[in-house]
Amino acid sequence: MTTTGTYLIKGASILGGEASDVLVRDGIIAEIGHGLADGGATVIDATGLVALPGMVDVHTHLREPGREDAETVETGTRAAALGGYTAVHAMANSTPVADTAGVVEQVYTLGRAAGWVDVRPVGAVTVGLAGEQLAELGAMADSRARVRMFSDDGICVHDPVLMRRALEYVKAFDGVVAQHAQEPRLTAGAQMNEGDVSAVLGLTGWPAVAEESIIARDVLLAQHVGSRLHVCHVSTAGSVEIIRWAKERGIDVTAEVTPHHLLLTDDLVRSYDPVFKVNPPLRTDADVQALRAGLADGTIDVVGTDHAPHPSEHKECEWAQAAMGMTGLETALSVVQHAMIETGLMTWADFARVTSTAAAKIGRLTDQGRPIEAGEPANLILVDPAARWTVDPFKMATMGRNSPFKGRELPGKVVATFFKGHPTVLDGALNTPHPEAAATPSGAA
Amino acid sequence: MKHLLSTQDLSLSNAIRILDTAEEMSAVGEREVKKLPALRGRTVVNLFFEDSTRTRISFEAAAKRLSADVINFAAKGSSVSKGESLKDTAQTLSAMGADAVVIRHWASGAPHRLAATDWIDAGVINAGDGTHEHPTQALLDAFTMRRHWARLAGTPSEGTDLKGLRVAIVGDVLHSRVARSNVWLLRTLGAEVTLVAPPTLLPVGVEQWPCSVSYDLDQTLANGVDAVMMLRVQGERMNASFFPSTREYSRRWGFDDNRLRALDDLGMTDTIIMHPGPMNRGLEISAAAADSPRSTVLAQVRNGVSVRMAALYLLLSGDSREPAATRAPAYTAPPIKESI
Repeated sequence: MTTTGTYLIKGASILGGEASDVLVRDGIIAEIGHGLADGGATVIDATGLVALPGMVDVHTHLREPGREDAETVETGTRAAALGGYTAVHAMANSTPVADTAGVVEQVYTLGRAAGWVDVRPVGAVTVGLAGEQLAELGAMADSRARVRMFSDDGICVHDPVLMRRALEYVKAFDGVVAQHAQEPRLTAGAQMNEGDVSAVLGLTGWPAVAEESIIARDVLLAQHVGSRLHVCHVSTAGSVEIIRWAKERGIDVTAEVTPHHLLLTDDLVRSYDPVFKVNPPLRTDADVQALRAGLADGTIDVVGTDHAPHPSEHKECEWAQAAMGMTGLETALSVVQHAMIETGLMTWADFARVTSTAAAKIGRLTDQGRPIEAGEPANLILVDPAARWTVDPFKMATMGRNSPFKGRELPGKVVATFFKGHPTVLDGALNTPHPEAAATPSGAA
Repeated sequence: MKHLLSTQDLSLSNAIRILDTAEEMSAVGEREVKKLPALRGRTVVNLFFEDSTRTRISFEAAAKRLSADVINFAAKGSSVSKGESLKDTAQTLSAMGADAVVIRHWASGAPHRLAATDWIDAGVINAGDGTHEHPTQALLDAFTMRRHWARLAGTPSEGTDLKGLRVAIVGDVLHSRVARSNVWLLRTLGAEVTLVAPPTLLPVGVEQWPCSVSYDLDQTLANGVDAVMMLRVQGERMNASFFPSTREYSRRWGFDDNRLRALDDLGMTDTIIMHPGPMNRGLEISAAAADSPRSTVLAQVRNGVSVRMAALYLLLSGDSREPAATRAPAYTAPPIKESI
């Protein structure tokens, strides 16, 4: 194992609870207690800071290979580390599509070489995301990337037979199908949430029923074939109800919500500013409240950023011409703190569950989302919950400038990120990648 | 007024000011020399991303009657064949010194983008954006209705609103920027609006609009109506199952000869029939209705030039200055009639 040094974190509030010292040595949490001796360790004063498990994103678009003008694995994972992440799932809609063992291994290797976080490629469900033929899911599962999550994200696996087969097939290697729930015929040309605002703005509506009908179908399919379903970026109150119903029936379904769907509503579209264009679209305040309640009560398991960087020319245009998507890695913690913790709906321990523990479980990441205890891998972050900052997309590590939170003041700041025992972020700024990265030439494993 | 983007955010006083200024402008159209020097040396660009000969020549005539220099820029683009971006086009026009941009665009909100960004500093007039708004069409419709309403009351139309006027807007409301702009403006002016359409051609959310909704044209007529505005029906809607056939549409929601007779039978002698054009004769309006004395179709076209002159004038010369060669002053604080 590569040596990552020894760090003594002094006086951090573990999961928002009691303040303790945490000794990190060679990638492992060596000891937790009070008044630990530094013994030559680098000391980090964590007074007033909350220690949390490193965040795990189940839904990230790193854009590489293919759209390196939007983001690369290097820039996207720098953004992830700054945002408090120690693992991200890289979505499959790259160019070429991550639908073969070769492409997922390429993304995996780029992640290793970058060294900022664990990059776990998501494999496409169907060849070329075309929704016609299963991709070689088994080959991706057996590859060095050890893919467990499969998704055609951006496009719904709308053919019910194909969805059924995918759900059945991934049981062979404990995989999960992450569905982008969007009935395509009900959303042809859709531009925004269908409702009072779309009626006034004259933009083609994306009705809630187009999401809910697919989720309803898929939970029944998952039940029928006894498989595991994950629902990407749930956005409506009705979807929360359906998932709650499914869980009560014992169906093995998990769900994610994005930070932006926890805070923003379709009223923002009145500006016609495409920075607010996203898929699924921003919904109503009633939906926001239902999503918050669902996340708090466990109906929704995790927060996934759906970090979707775009070059500026794809946003500086007419609404209908603009690309869908928002950046999210560097604002997720703050938005969730604002929407869930400062509203009293969740504690920091709940935060750890929805941003780390549950997310690692969905992706079957054994070294992530672990308890902060002696002997566990040292993937953890230090957060200053009292910090306030104003979002400036031009100061972010991501190449995407399309943050819908631009100009907003948000709480909470990641002060340090420990990735496998190495501080990738210190004093709120990027430090260095994990030393293993130097030993990993890109293009080789 | 810096821009004219929608009627939803148009105040009553600004709406009345535009309509009153349009009355002054219409006097110019009746002169032998149909020209004012008001905008001499100013440049108006007609930026059309969508074909619309009628609207473009109406704006062109309006600008020319005010002595502005007019540039027609037909930037026909579609979501499929993407050419130069709106940003680059806007910056190009800005560099050429455009004072006002009249924009027609297939994308809802494109005029708002021009006005909200720093791509161009010119005044922006929305000449129809997607299925969002068409404010000058609604203003010319209101102008037409106001003249009719004032004539019935035996008063000059200047300064008046449309309080008490019952208007039915009939047809494809879902895809109609004309309907949206009319609903907001007519409400501001005090008219009572009923939308009449097949349920498939009404937007989800219409229940929040300040108007009534009906699926039954005959019942709406029988309830009493002072102006019936027929919307154009696009033939391609039929292929998307919005209604079963054009004949069924025509029978249920077209203004046909039977309904024209019904107006007479109901004793509604003063009810006018409006259409923004171009008409599908035999589909949403019968030839007899289109050509009847009730039809205001041509008056609407005529009034369109006056209203667009008023909009250009108010945007480019500010609210306070008078049109240079009209006798009556532009109203600054028009009296609004409480009842008609």
